[in-house]
Amino acid sequence: MSILINKDTKVIVQGITGATGLFHTKQAVEYGTQVVGGVTPGKGGTEVEGIPVFDTVSEAVAKTGANASVIYVPPAFAADAIMEATDAGVDVVITITEGIPVIDMIKVKRYLEGKKTRLIGPNCPGVITPDECKIGIMPGYIHKKGHVGVVSRSGTLTYEAVHQLSTEGIGQSTAVGIGGDPVNGTDFIDVLNLFNEDPDTEAVIMIGEIGGSAEEEAAEWIKANMTKPVVGFIGGQTAPPGKRMGHAGAIISGGKGTADEKMKALTAAGVKVAETPAVMGETLIAALKEANLYEKCLTHK
Amino acid sequence: MNIHEYQGKELLRNYGVAVPNGQVAYSVEEAVEAAKSLGGAVNVVKAQIHAGGRGKAGGVKVAKNLDEVRTYADEILGKTLVTHQTGPEGKLVKRLLIEEGCDIQNEYYVGLVVDRATSRIVMMASEEGGTEIEEVAEATPEKIFKEVVDPVTGLMPYQARRLAFNINIPKELVREAVKFMMGLYKVFSEKDCSIAEINPLVTTGDGKVMALDAKFNFDSNALYRQKDIIEYRDLDEEDEKEIEASKFDLSYISLDGNIGCMVNGAGLAMSTMDIIKHYSGDPANFLDVGGGATKEKVTEAFKIILSDKNVKGIYVNIFGGIMKCDIIADGVVAATKQVGLEIPLVVRLEGTNVELGKKILKESGLNITAADSMADGAEKIVSLVKA
Repeated sequence: MSILINKDTKVIVQGITGATGLFHTKQAVEYGTQVVGGVTPGKGGTEVEGIPVFDTVSEAVAKTGANASVIYVPPAFAADAIMEATDAGVDVVITITEGIPVIDMIKVKRYLEGKKTRLIGPNCPGVITPDECKIGIMPGYIHKKGHVGVVSRSGTLTYEAVHQLSTEGIGQSTAVGIGGDPVNGTDFIDVLNLFNEDPDTEAVIMIGEIGGSAEEEAAEWIKANMTKPVVGFIGGQTAPPGKRMGHAGAIISGGKGTADEKMKALTAAGVKVAETPAVMGETLIAALKEANLYEKCLTHK
Repeated sequence: MNIHEYQGKELLRNYGVAVPNGQVAYSVEEAVEAAKSLGGAVNVVKAQIHAGGRGKAGGVKVAKNLDEVRTYADEILGKTLVTHQTGPEGKLVKRLLIEEGCDIQNEYYVGLVVDRATSRIVMMASEEGGTEIEEVAEATPEKIFKEVVDPVTGLMPYQARRLAFNINIPKELVREAVKFMMGLYKVFSEKDCSIAEINPLVTTGDGKVMALDAKFNFDSNALYRQKDIIEYRDLDEEDEKEIEASKFDLSYISLDGNIGCMVNGAGLAMSTMDIIKHYSGDPANFLDVGGGATKEKVTEAFKIILSDKNVKGIYVNIFGGIMKCDIIADGVVAATKQVGLEIPLVVRLEGTNVELGKKILKESGLNITAADSMADGAEKIVSLVKA
């Protein structure tokens, strides 16, 4: 088991003929992901890498039975692409594109209300269920199949965490990048909830960063609902206020959204917070041992 | 991206939102001319810098005649203002706003933000004008009123009315206040703002509702479709190294420390700063070279770090996912050959093509300290810089 995506997930790639889209499509196919089609308006009827290209998402879904979509289209067109995928009825839309105007994302969120489609991202590395399905830009080989769920606002910091876990013999059930933008489709709580209900996930590592209050809200939720151990890390403890630290959403404004507040909230909710990014893996292992889950989660080596 | 107060007011004026008459001045003469053409008895001389707290720092003066305009303009232009938002080094005043004085009856606060929790634009208002909204939120949160805006309809007049009544705008001026708020919302949504703050919003003796100050911040992701806003950019207000970095699409923020950092990915870049601090070092910058960096980009990034005279050592921390370690290694070698390297350099490489990257560094003959992990690298650079 896993969350969001698995070996049966059929993916279409929006923006498959662009350089980024094509590169990552090849990587995904190599990993074993079922990429059943691509969409580039005007290039319908052609093929890339043996994958059929369609003009519209609805046509791609009708002809391939795809239930997931990944978006690599440029930021100016990404909101439209997300809505097109939603309209076509796919279950999950994973948006890698970075730099979508926030006003566009506000409209997208409004559009998604009442629809069954779940949006992951934007500005995220994607989602991977090791050995089954990789949708996004993460390096597949660092991931090992297992029982720890990973959810994060940052790409490379997720790789760092996954690498630490895999090196220590702890595999992952699914790793989800929710993205670094202020307005995103899926938040920590949504993913924590999915992990909580996934019988194959025994513990979760949650990686947040400065800006907004998603970690504080997640802490409240964890305290009230989570039945599995959660370990946390917050990036940006030394970030100056008022500066956007790379991610559009990583900014301390009006004294709010500091790493300190977030770490306090998580600790108060019983989450073990790793003091530095170098000990994310260690901290999780300590939590697993404490909960007698270490043996169960030790998947390799 | 931030803009000046006078630019913000110009934007408001274009949308029919009431602001006092005023003109920008770059010299004392221009300031006097501006005051003459405004024609009023009382004028306000306001320093234009991208920071709040100007009044308390002596950057805002009320002039009762042209001589006083001259005196104050002379005093403020070329002065370095230190406010709680400028940092201790302050900001040099190069522009003034000369504005007609008005008969203020009451001060209020009106602001718009993108609320992350609701994924909507929210308008906030308070009768505690002139005070920073964070302070009001701390001391008297019950005095802040909010309206969440549905993107389908935009701000509705009933919402603006409710805010106006809640903050006790005089009944006879509610209509004016509503017009003001509707206009402000229009600016916000059409111009891709991320913050708009009118503090204070004032009511005047002659029955006007006007913006006495205007602070705007724009979504940099949307600037591609806001050509007129880009025109407002004032490079004097930005850090030189940050401007240079933005030309190469590098995400760079200057900090006060002495350890330069080059990292891929925003989250990892932030935590690299954190871990340096953890080992009692001080990061000199945040620098994310991004996922698709080329050898050229890495070279430029390196040059920017080295152009900071405070930098006494460099820590390169790369987790190659899509970013290949050999590309980083090539860039580091090329940059050090171009600009020379006399300070310690610690490199931690992990991920795609890591062995190839390590080999390139080793064979370069450069004095590079290799690190096995993120923590190892941080410890090494901190001790090398302290030595």
